[in-house]
Parts: sequence; C-alpha cells; structure tokens
Amino acid sequence: MTTAVETWVASEPGEQSAGKRERRTATLLRAASIALFFLIWYAVALLNAHVIKFFNPILLPAPHTVLFAGIEMVRSGELQRDILASMSRVVQGFVLAAVVGVAVGTAVGRSRRLEYLVEPTIELLRPIPPLAFLPMMVLWFGIGEMSKVAFIAYAAFFPIFTTTVEGIKYVDPLLIRAAASLGASERDIFRYVVLPAALPNIITGLRIGFGLSFFVIVAAEFIAADSGLGFLINDARTFFLVANMLLGAAVIGAIGFIFNTLLRRLEARLLRWRKDARG
Amino acid sequence: MLAAASAAAKARTKIRIEAVSKSYNGKPALSRVDLELAENSFTCLLGPSGCGKSTLLNMIAGFVPPTTGQVVIDDTAVAGASADRGVVFQEYALFPWRTALANVEFGPLMRRKPPAQRRALARHYLELVGLQAHEAKYPTELSGGMKQRVAIARALANGPSVLLMDEPFGALDAQTREVLQEELLRIWEQERKTVVFVTHSISEAIFLADRIVVMATLPGSIKEVIDVPLLHPRDRSGPEFVAMERSIKQLVREEVQKLGVM
Repeated sequence: MTTAVETWVASEPGEQSAGKRERRTATLLRAASIALFFLIWYAVALLNAHVIKFFNPILLPAPHTVLFAGIEMVRSGELQRDILASMSRVVQGFVLAAVVGVAVGTAVGRSRRLEYLVEPTIELLRPIPPLAFLPMMVLWFGIGEMSKVAFIAYAAFFPIFTTTVEGIKYVDPLLIRAAASLGASERDIFRYVVLPAALPNIITGLRIGFGLSFFVIVAAEFIAADSGLGFLINDARTFFLVANMLLGAAVIGAIGFIFNTLLRRLEARLLRWRKDARG
Repeated sequence: MLAAASAAAKARTKIRIEAVSKSYNGKPALSRVDLELAENSFTCLLGPSGCGKSTLLNMIAGFVPPTTGQVVIDDTAVAGASADRGVVFQEYALFPWRTALANVEFGPLMRRKPPAQRRALARHYLELVGLQAHEAKYPTELSGGMKQRVAIARALANGPSVLLMDEPFGALDAQTREVLQEELLRIWEQERKTVVFVTHSISEAIFLADRIVVMATLPGSIKEVIDVPLLHPRDRSGPEFVAMERSIKQLVREEVQKLGVM
C-alpha cells in the first residue's frame, strides 16, 4: 500500500540552486532598472544645466533638487496633509465602489434576468471615460469631499463589477455538482463553492479598481480641491515650482507602488492554492 | 465459481431504474431502460461514447431528471442530488482552494458535524486511500492518481450507501489505473456500497464488476447484461478473463460500427 503510494508522489523539481541563481539575477536587474532611470535623469538634468543648454534648466530639476523640495514640504507639514487628503478620498471612494461593485456584481452574476436588466446600461456607460463626468460631479455634489469620493467610486465601480460578474457566472458546473452530491444546499453551494471559486476574479477587480481610484484622484484634485496630491501639483504649476510638481508625481508613484505590492501579497496569501500565485 | 452471482441474486434491490429515457431538445440520448441493481453490488455500465452511460449515471445521481420514467432508490424516487449517493468524476472535481483534508471534510461540513469529528472522519478516509501524508497539500500539488484517491475519500467520508463513478480512472496512466482498480475493490469489500461504475474499458469492467451492462448506441439503450462469475482477485491474463474480454469486445464493436467511426 505505502510503496504503491510513494511511487505516485509527484516528483519535486530538483533544481533549487539554479532557481536561486535565477532569482538573484532578477533582483539585480530590477535594481539596475531603477538605478539606470535615475542615472539618465541626472545626466540629462546636469548636462542641460551645465554643458549644453538644450532647454531652460528650470523645466527639469535634478533628482536631488526634488528631494530637497520634498524635505522642505515635509518640514512645513504640507506634504503629509496632501497625502492624507488624497488617501482618505481614495479609501472612501474605493471602499464604496468595492461594496457596491461586489454586491451588485454577485447579484447580477447569479440572476440571468437581473443581468438582462442591468448589463445594457452598464455597457453603455462603461466606454465613457469617467473624467468626462467630473465637471458634472462637481456641479451635482459640490466642490467638497463628496464630489471627489463619488467620482472615485464611479470610476472604480466598473472593473470591480465586471470581474465579479464573470467570476460568479463562470464557476465550473462540475464543482457545483460535486458539492450537491456531498449534501450541499443552494446556500452552501454559494458560500462554499461559488464565492471561493470567484475570489480570484474579485480580487483582480479590486486591484484594478484600486489602481483606477488612484489614477483619477489626481485629475479630480486638479479641478476642484484645496488639498491633496493633485492640488499640490496644480498649485506648484501656477507658481512654476517644477521640483514640487515632480515631487507630487513621485509621491503618487511611490504610494501606488506600495499599495500594489501590498495587494499582491494579500492576493498571493488568499490564493495560495493557485500554482501561479506562488511565484 | 458462481458465488458472486448467486449472492447478488439473493440480495434485495437497491436501485430500480423504471422505464427511464432521456432526450435533449427532442433528440433521444437514451431510450427506455429498465434495470434493477442489488444492494452492495458492483455494476459497470460499459459502452462507447454516445451510448448514454454517463447520462444514465447522472440521472441516478439526480443531476439531470429523466424525460420519462424514474429512478427509485430504497423505495424513494430520485429528485435531485443527495448526500446518500457519493459521486466520483473523471475530472476529479476537487475544490482547488481546499487542501486534501479539507476536501474530504466537505461532506461532513455540509452535514454540520462538529469540527473535531469532521477532521477525524476525513483523516480516517484519507488513510483508507493511503494519502495521510499528503493531507495539507492543495490539489494542484497532487498527481492525477492522488487527486482521484482524494475524490474517492471525499465521496466515502459522507457514508453514502451508493457510490457512483463516472469513468473515474479514464484520465490516468495504465499503471496508476490498475493500482487504483485493485484499491477500489479492497475499499468496496471493506465498506460495502452499491457501486455503479461507468467505463469504456472492457478489461476494467471485467476486473471490477459483478455485472456488466453493455450499452448500445443510436439511440443509447441496454444491449446485454452479463454476470461476471469470476472470483476476486481476478487474473487479467487468465483464460476465462480473456474469453470474456473477447466476447464483450465483439458486442461493443458492433455498437462502435453503428456510429460509423471505424
């Protein structure tokens, strides 16, 4: 018995050292990518400022100038205030979109009739860039927090909704049969089969939705805001503080990167049963 | 020699298939079938693809309703799937987000057994199929043979009186298939279930079954019911085994020819 089983154990790939070397090379190349980016930035900025004046040096400050501008803004407390303002809008809008998107997406994924009722309208609205609605949102919801939160929620809703519907709809019917033959009720099947099977889709939708929230907040803050990272960039533009503008962009990039990494970690943890989620 | 057959004749009827037929969109997939399966018997439904053998199994499982007639189990007509009929699928149908142990625990979980009892039951059945060392693995980490062992343990952990198997070893390599056939017989002798096993492999049917239901095609129906009087363990190269294989092959070949694929 035992010997028979051992024969059928899937063999582990015995190339661990090769895999380790590959991973080290990957890390090295990734670090080189970032180093090279800053090096080129530095080179262009310094060469332009001191050797050949190709354009006005004010237009492209060197990385350290941006860093100094950042330190200055942290000292004055301005940067923290703007980060907090943007993040609080993103989180509120995103959470709203996540709750509504997953709930409505689940309902539509479960009911063919509801799908017929809801899908055409959504398909009609989806191709319109959310930005087109921004001026209207300001008119409807005022220039306060409300318009920005609503705008983010609107933009993030679509990917969350669509991926949730797909996930719920395309659950392997064989798994549902298997569960039914094991005594699962309709409710059990939803909770123990449909939801976990749709989870990878839902998580992907949430990740895209979060990225989009971040994407649109800056635009919203350009138009009507007195705080936030978008405001920071737009405000710096009126005073021609290019270093501050770049700083705003860099901070947005850094925050986006951190959140995406965290979400990917969470995804890998929740979906550790998937082979491709391991890498 | 005839011990198995006469024992089956004496046992009470477990599954009664009464005038069951099935058509899809007016096209007949299975024309009228009447069949009685004895309690604790091992029946193989044998035939080429398109003979309706899986359709018949799905109707016994309660996954699809018959167009006419009914399937009666223990004097109750089948109306939907039930925990009393365990099903093992060719594609394993394991829940990929659950470990081997959690997959086996699924049935007891659905019957709201307390966690400790669930775990104990699942461990017992994983051990029965020889996978106790792999309980923490996810299906993606298991080989095909191991996945099917987990699926069998999962079906048994619910304590069903009927075990329905739809070409369970069809996707496995020949060696794994033979090992699992032997283990299935060992488990069947130990657990005593009424087994209905769908296959298109003649030697698999002769090796496993008390009775072989050879199915006809166009439309699907029963062609012949054959009792297998050989004692276990059966010798696949023994003269009676080979003779039986040859005569059933002739029957099946006629049906395949009807499909026009040969």
